[in-house]
Amino acid sequence: MWNSFKTDDDHLGISAGITTYRAGNGDETHTYVVRPTTDGPVPGIVLVHHMPGWDEFTQEFAERLGRHGYLVTCPDLYCRFGHGTPDDVAAKVRSEGGVHDDSVVADCEAAAQWLRQDPQCSGKLGIIGPCSGGRHALLVASRVGGFDAVVDLWGGGVIMPDDQLTPARPVAPITYTADLDAPLLGIFGNDDQSPTPAQVDEHQAELEKHGKTFEFHRYDGAGHGFFYYHTPMYRQEQAMDAWDKVFTFFDSHLKR
Amino acid sequence: MCTMIAVTSPVTGTGKGAEGWFPITQATVGYDHATHSGTAHALLLDFTNYDLGLDARVAVELDLDSGRALLAQLQSAIEAAEASGQVA
Repeated sequence: MWNSFKTDDDHLGISAGITTYRAGNGDETHTYVVRPTTDGPVPGIVLVHHMPGWDEFTQEFAERLGRHGYLVTCPDLYCRFGHGTPDDVAAKVRSEGGVHDDSVVADCEAAAQWLRQDPQCSGKLGIIGPCSGGRHALLVASRVGGFDAVVDLWGGGVIMPDDQLTPARPVAPITYTADLDAPLLGIFGNDDQSPTPAQVDEHQAELEKHGKTFEFHRYDGAGHGFFYYHTPMYRQEQAMDAWDKVFTFFDSHLKR
Repeated sequence: MCTMIAVTSPVTGTGKGAEGWFPITQATVGYDHATHSGTAHALLLDFTNYDLGLDARVAVELDLDSGRALLAQLQSAIEAAEASGQVA
């Protein structure tokens, strides 16, 4: 639960900053790491940033997870495209058709391995992302495996008709449903156009067909990106309820 | 939603950015999450020269009606230019 900490908790706090790690292809790339201030081991979470890039919203998202007792690493998936303001970098990526799914999978797999080797990590691992990051979180969990929990926040493009496949996104993540070996939490807005409620239904049916453990929560009065407090897409009531769903899910699968 | 709608083409021209005028070599037109326009989505026009760095970029975000109007203006101006016989 958000805002439920004890005011006399000696371990209240985080440290956060940018470091580098050996990402996919052995490349040294940036990652934003948030560490809770605690003596004991804590679960790790790979945070997958959204299409607008490795931005301030993403850093604050990581810090929120850290405040709830998770060691978080958030790789800069656009690091190889160059550096500048997040919107300048995202524009470069957009002009090249987006970051390749294989690159994201490799970078996130390496990030998970980095977490496992960190002395503070308990060994339990989750992965989460909003928007394209939700799609990528599901894709990584399905293709790499070994995660203990995965959260897809309104990831569009899980279901992709053939005419929407691109060189950077050549396979629809739903194709890998049988390979998903972690419980899945999905958070969606019923006014979203990608994924539409019908696509969420289709995804749910595929998960049920393969006997997967999952829970989907769908919110009326919300569309895409309803956590984004810096945009008109923000929906306070739905966002705060969904944040509680995220913490409950991660706590149950990663802290017990 | 992330539409991933974006089309890129080479162009010849100049643009004025934070550091002054520079040659632009590429234009990308997309429709996706807006960065600064206060709407969920926008037409995203980027005029860039990545040989000069990622900040060698003139960025514009427009709503669809404005995009249609701009398209008509461009078409009208191009036709008038061609009719004038003063095409460079």
